[in-house]
Amino acid sequence: MTALADPARPSACPACDVAPLAEQVAGAAPVQARLMIAVPGIHCAGCISGVERVLHALPGVRDARVNLTLRRVAVEADLDVDADTLCHALTDAGFEAHALDPGVLAATEIDAKGRALLMRLAVAVFAMMNVMLLSVAVWSGAEGVTRDMMHWISAAIAIPAVIFTGQPFYASAFAALKAGRLNMDVPITLAIVLAVGTSLYETMLSGEHAYFDAAIALCTFLLAGRYLDHRTRANARSAAQELAALEVPRALRITGEGTQTVSVADVRPGDLVRVLPGGRIPVDGVLRDGATELDRSIMTGETLPAVAGPGDVVHAGEANLTGAITVEVQAAGRDTELSRIADLVAVAEAGRNNYTSLADAAAKLYAPGVHIISALAAVGWFLATMDLRVALNIAAAVLIITCPCALGLAVPAVTTAASARLFRKGLLIKSGTALERLAQVDTVVFDKTGTLTDGAPVALGLERLSDADQGVALALAQGSAHPLAQSMARGLADLGVSPVALDAVQEHPGFGLEGQWRGQTVRLGRAGWVRAEALATTATYLKIGEGAAQAIAFDDTIRTGAEALVAGLKAQGKRVILLSGDVEAAVSAFAARIGITEVMAEARPEAKAKVIGALRDSGAKVLMVGDGMNDTAALTAADVSISPATALEAARAASDMVLTGGSLAPILDAMATSVAARKRIKENFTIASVYNLLAVPLAVAGLCSPLIAALAMSSSSLTVSLNALRLR
Amino acid sequence: MEVLGLLIPVSLALGALGLVAFWWLLKKGQFDDPEGDAHRILRDDYDDKPK
Repeated sequence: MTALADPARPSACPACDVAPLAEQVAGAAPVQARLMIAVPGIHCAGCISGVERVLHALPGVRDARVNLTLRRVAVEADLDVDADTLCHALTDAGFEAHALDPGVLAATEIDAKGRALLMRLAVAVFAMMNVMLLSVAVWSGAEGVTRDMMHWISAAIAIPAVIFTGQPFYASAFAALKAGRLNMDVPITLAIVLAVGTSLYETMLSGEHAYFDAAIALCTFLLAGRYLDHRTRANARSAAQELAALEVPRALRITGEGTQTVSVADVRPGDLVRVLPGGRIPVDGVLRDGATELDRSIMTGETLPAVAGPGDVVHAGEANLTGAITVEVQAAGRDTELSRIADLVAVAEAGRNNYTSLADAAAKLYAPGVHIISALAAVGWFLATMDLRVALNIAAAVLIITCPCALGLAVPAVTTAASARLFRKGLLIKSGTALERLAQVDTVVFDKTGTLTDGAPVALGLERLSDADQGVALALAQGSAHPLAQSMARGLADLGVSPVALDAVQEHPGFGLEGQWRGQTVRLGRAGWVRAEALATTATYLKIGEGAAQAIAFDDTIRTGAEALVAGLKAQGKRVILLSGDVEAAVSAFAARIGITEVMAEARPEAKAKVIGALRDSGAKVLMVGDGMNDTAALTAADVSISPATALEAARAASDMVLTGGSLAPILDAMATSVAARKRIKENFTIASVYNLLAVPLAVAGLCSPLIAALAMSSSSLTVSLNALRLR
Repeated sequence: MEVLGLLIPVSLALGALGLVAFWWLLKKGQFDDPEGDAHRILRDDYDDKPK
């Protein structure tokens, strides 16, 4: 994160290498860096104190402040403190922690639009309270000059306030009219303009009724809805950006003098890039030097590593497991396969957005409806009385009383309450209509690797090896960064095994490890290499001297909450399907363990999307849960999609919801909440309609005084908000 | 009724004062972490060392 975090990276300027020292001597700024760390697991006062105490105790940390709302810590620290050390300290203390790229986050630090909305809301509330106060005087019977004075003061407060606070609506209404459409903001704008206009005219003529309070109250309630809506989206967006910040894309470019760490954006086709074992390949290209095994699971879903040597084509996103390799760049950044698939997803997403939300459906009926009623009322009254002033007053009253305060709050209030509740449980909602779509799901499709499993293999039957074999296996396994070796080393260490002393341990990329023990050659690696019979499952083989090779099988661990989730979905009568790119044997064995009966193995990315498409064509509402590049097309094709936080960025971008923690359990909560939310939204629409059915005849009949308008408006908005709060 | 001439400006001024205070708090970032602040107030070590 800081310039010194990466030892392989020389400074951009040679002087910077000595500058920190010089700065310390001179006491000049900047000697401290601002680091951002995500701590998704914290939830209480104890966690805040705990995290801050752990960080304060570390050398070089000046200040640490937890933001519980964003589940994030901002750390002020010396320049030589790096974020990974802080994360390790937090993880050791029992807090899940991930370093974030402050550069990516900087854009979301200050939510300018949210603050502007909040400011408008504050002005609207201030103006509304004062105008209401004056209106109460009028309603309680002020007469003649006093009433006129009250009206004039109301006008003086309300007119500038309405002009300032209503701008978001005017802009949106203007844009809609320009495009030849009607949206909710058109009746709102018209109602505000008519209400203020006729009230001002009435005031000039010493009239009895003025609707300044209604106009400003309208702005207030609608701004509240707008602000809720904005905050839900902003939370989702900032969290999505936070996930993007988890990946700091860097490449080791080979230059004349050695290697240089550069941003992936600066890599050009033709450059040579070094990829160390354990690293992810940052570009598309051809392997020029070195041999290794590649983990392609994120692209294909296959768990077994693939051997790669000079001349083989490699893709961005694949993980390099065993050997250091040099890749000649063919495409980097936006041109890689990875980005192209991500772009395809963006295109496909536009196609999915033809889902009409309940709010849009309501607005489509509503906007023309109120205009027609109001126009008819005006024409009717004009014909009956031949008085334009009365006719206009009635039209304004109809527009004000039907104006969608309750409708404007109905959806945002519910979605805010629902997303806040799900966020606390570990699920982030990115799309505004995702909850509505989730409520209708009847078929759930899972990916296997990385979704239902942790994507990290665990060695089986280690305790069956003899003590000597265990020691040799551990000594060999410790010599490699290969995930199977690492997992085996962890397993053996947990059994209390201590490694034997080996000589000349060597890693043969693509094959395994070899060493000398008591004059015998010992090997740990592929079946062919140790001359053993290969098993059907993922396994590694240990051969000591001339003895028979022993197979050590591996199994993926099931993700927390996965079994409960599958059981829960089945109990609700949902159809559950496992759709994996992995080989048949591994998939069906896993499906049997977790209790899924419908299985499809060796599915290519296009095949996955096709399966989802076919399900949808047959009338099913599909939820897809997946994490890899190979899932992105399927994620986009499904009605709703969920991906875990560990998923590839493209997969997270393609999904409607992201799990922030490691457990899958929140998905069940989300389904229950979505059904409840949909019910609340419909209830809210019913409340708003009932209120309109009662109030509109009053307004058309000319009985709607400003007092009745104010009461009706406030009570409907309050009912709708309170109803939404029942979700929390 | 003359008292209204005094009370209305007073109420407006008080309201405006609240508005300015709110604007200032918003600028100061007091609404950035509502959830955390609700928990922080319960901490024992908070009042001992105000910063």
